[in-house]
Amino acid sequence: MKSRWPRLVVFLHWITAFAVIGMFASGLWMVDLTYYSDWYKTAPHWHKSVGLLLLAVTVLRLATRAFTSRPPSLGTATEKKLSHFGHTLLYTLMIALFASGYLISTADGRAIDVFNWFAVPAVGELFNNQEDRAGDAHFYIAWSVITMSVIHMLAALKHHFINKDDTMKQMLRLR
Amino acid sequence: MKKLTLALAAALSLSTAQAADYVIDSKGAHASINFKIQHLGYSWLTGRFNDFKGNFSYDDSAPSAAKIMVTIDTDSIDSNHAERDKHLKSDDFLNVDDFPQAKFVSTKIVDKGNGMMDVMGDFTLHGVTKQITIEAKKIGEGKDPWGGYRAGFMGTTTIALKDYGIDYDLGPASQTVELELHVEGVKQ
Repeated sequence: MKSRWPRLVVFLHWITAFAVIGMFASGLWMVDLTYYSDWYKTAPHWHKSVGLLLLAVTVLRLATRAFTSRPPSLGTATEKKLSHFGHTLLYTLMIALFASGYLISTADGRAIDVFNWFAVPAVGELFNNQEDRAGDAHFYIAWSVITMSVIHMLAALKHHFINKDDTMKQMLRLR
Repeated sequence: MKKLTLALAAALSLSTAQAADYVIDSKGAHASINFKIQHLGYSWLTGRFNDFKGNFSYDDSAPSAAKIMVTIDTDSIDSNHAERDKHLKSDDFLNVDDFPQAKFVSTKIVDKGNGMMDVMGDFTLHGVTKQITIEAKKIGEGKDPWGGYRAGFMGTTTIALKDYGIDYDLGPASQTVELELHVEGVKQ
């Protein structure tokens, strides 16, 4: 009996995919807004809210992965090694993105509002110039995540169109 | 020997008063550099620069011979809001990466009597140096309970951000920033 990706994992994967693309685009766009843009306050508020919700989604996803089985990894031995490394890197970079983003806004001890539902409290200033250094980290890690995501997408398309194997179909829950 | 020492002491005390050198007490934080700027024309937004150092020389009997020099770490700006401080330090405003310090060096002091004076000097901010005048006032001076001697002043001045190449549009009510300095120096 072949195992499949749990439906929850598939759902969280695609939600994450769209969120990551939206967050990257909005992040790049919002930092260039001027004082007089209608979105000057709203864009960062939504960006932080979605970011923290995505953190919850990622935690749920990792927990689900820890307690469920996955379909077999397809491809050559080298591809399987690279795939495992690449996916681990993607998860690690995501966590670093959540942490660095959080540390920007909470450097002054203020909590972060998630829409108007609840607020995530600060742990305070852990190091000097935290908002700047976490900000720089957030920027470079964001580019790394997008780069890795593009590689990830191209690899999936390669499996689908070149190898003609079930890799993509598994994540579309067609297999 | 004692007579000679006494004579020397008498001679020295009669000579022209030497301006005493003071180091601004940043260590004890008995000094502050504060700013305020209008927010949209609806309220005053205040903040300060936490890290700075400086020294001055001053003597009551010759106030116009006084001098002061202050160097400010621009990345120590603190308006009690992390996201705003991050924005202020970025190249939209202070650009602290390229301009990590702001500096004031006095060039001339005009004594206005009653402890008031105009302190003229070169102020460098965002890589631009302009002559400014700080309206200053001596608050007091004297011995402290721990064996030292202190003198303290306050000063205010207003600068236009555009003069220093900072041209982010904050609106018509926020073209100028008021700086208020409080310094206490420990005599060296």
